[in-house]
Amino acid sequence: MTIERLSQKARSMRRSIVRMVGVGKAGHLGGSLSITDVVAALYFSKMKLDKNNPRWEKRDYFLLSKGHAALAQYAALAEIGYFSENELDHVKSLESMLQGHPDMSKTPGVEANTGSLGQGLSIACGIAAGLKIDKSNRQVYCVVGDGELDEGQIWEAAMAASFYKLDNLTAILDNNGLMATGVIAERFDSSPLPEKWRSFGWWVHEIDGHAIKSILEALEEADKVKGQPKMIIAHTVKGKGIPFAENQPAFHNGILTQEQYELALQELGE
Amino acid sequence: MSTVSMHNQRKVYGETLLAVGKENPNIVACDADLSKSTMSYMFGNSFPERFFEMGIAEANMISFAAGLSLTGKIPFVHSFAVFASGRPYDQIRVSVCLGRLNVKIIGSSTGLSDFGDGSTHQSVEDVSLMRSIPNMTVLSPVDGIEVEKMVRKMVEYNGPVYLRVNRNDLPDVFDENETFEIGRSYVVRDGNDAVIFATGVMISKALEAAEELGKDGVSVRVVNVSTLKPVDEEQLRTLSHGARVVVTAEEHSLIGGLASIVTYALRGLAIPIVPIGIQDSFGQSALSYDELLVHYGLTAENIKKSVKEAIK
Repeated sequence: MTIERLSQKARSMRRSIVRMVGVGKAGHLGGSLSITDVVAALYFSKMKLDKNNPRWEKRDYFLLSKGHAALAQYAALAEIGYFSENELDHVKSLESMLQGHPDMSKTPGVEANTGSLGQGLSIACGIAAGLKIDKSNRQVYCVVGDGELDEGQIWEAAMAASFYKLDNLTAILDNNGLMATGVIAERFDSSPLPEKWRSFGWWVHEIDGHAIKSILEALEEADKVKGQPKMIIAHTVKGKGIPFAENQPAFHNGILTQEQYELALQELGE
Repeated sequence: MSTVSMHNQRKVYGETLLAVGKENPNIVACDADLSKSTMSYMFGNSFPERFFEMGIAEANMISFAAGLSLTGKIPFVHSFAVFASGRPYDQIRVSVCLGRLNVKIIGSSTGLSDFGDGSTHQSVEDVSLMRSIPNMTVLSPVDGIEVEKMVRKMVEYNGPVYLRVNRNDLPDVFDENETFEIGRSYVVRDGNDAVIFATGVMISKALEAAEELGKDGVSVRVVNVSTLKPVDEEQLRTLSHGARVVVTAEEHSLIGGLASIVTYALRGLAIPIVPIGIQDSFGQSALSYDELLVHYGLTAENIKKSVKEAIK
């Protein structure tokens, strides 16, 4: 898929995200929009998958460790066609297949239950280790949040991944700089990130997380790395694509008014 | 009485894991730097490529095992019961049980059985914690014979299981020829005046009490409730039928363990129930296992007294 086409996909996903957040109800808008380009690049270009079978036995794995950004994943899965786009209107409704956080038992294409922060990266490591036993060449991709790095479990997983040389694992860090209550650096500073991950034995590469071309190139670079896990630090903007929501902690799990909703869709070209 | 044959549950556990590992290449194991205590090292020595030393990092270990299971492996995850249940509670809840993943958690050195290490290392709440999570199965073997049968059943069963393993030598009770079924309780001695529902180490205490009571003309049925979830309530009700008293005996807090299970199962029946277990308190260090069991009232004498007082 061309970069232009991928950008269109990402734009379409952003519109789906706004549609899922809707009017007058809380939704994880900011963190879903910050990872949209990364998720689009993975699902629509990088990962091996079967459009007709979410359980295809040769597929690559996608784990959303920062599970609260599920809307970005749902937008991609609907776009692929794993379920009807109509389902997007029922996110978080009672008995809906689209839960507040990714649920493998309910949503086709979701690999594990994530969203209790810190756990997804460990699950990704376990999958990568299982694939190694089978000498499989399937890849594991895991999107981690920067606020999530506060969880001790992340660093347990970081050590395990490098000890077991899980070079079939690529993590992408959504480095938008904000956590639920505000600026990470002012609250519980987790920097310096590249140095930390390198010292834990990971290959580290930094990119603009909204430049599709850079994302794809970084994923290609990561493929060449052997013997260690890979971390792509994606510098992103929380709320990306909707100017009034960009870099605003209020839209971490915010509510859109009717006016904001319409404005957001307008910004995204609808 | 003839000499009672004894087995160490964790040793039998280690040997069984090795045996099933030879039969089934999908079995893998994780441990958090306690493999020489949990005995998972036996498997690890034979199958280094299927054994993961996860360091002293239980949270990651549980979620990592969830990941292994997603590739079709059957992970057996080991630590002391406190560190295998309470410490990574949320990982068990979200990574494993929510998706009903095929992860087997081994809570070793359970109850007070790690007598010397004291309250930090003794688990008197693990059953309560594990039972409260949807999709979880909780097993509490009486002896080495049952450990072996349970491990084999755990391999067959597809879903999360928590297995309580005692640290010390325990007398053999389980009938070698009996099949172990998840959810079923086993009558290990029959009688009709009183029923003792017990689990784990407390079965042998209950049998001792029943023997003594028999001499006094009191006929006692002893039931090994070795599956603590799911529970066949109807079976417990049937087994209680006609008894003048029901006693529960467990090496666990009275909150959320066997006492809770039996009291709930027998709701509405007019049978007095006497619960024997650990009051709402932590354990502590002692120089021997028996010394601790006596201190917390987990004795044959106490069971006998409870039955006598209830039916006099």
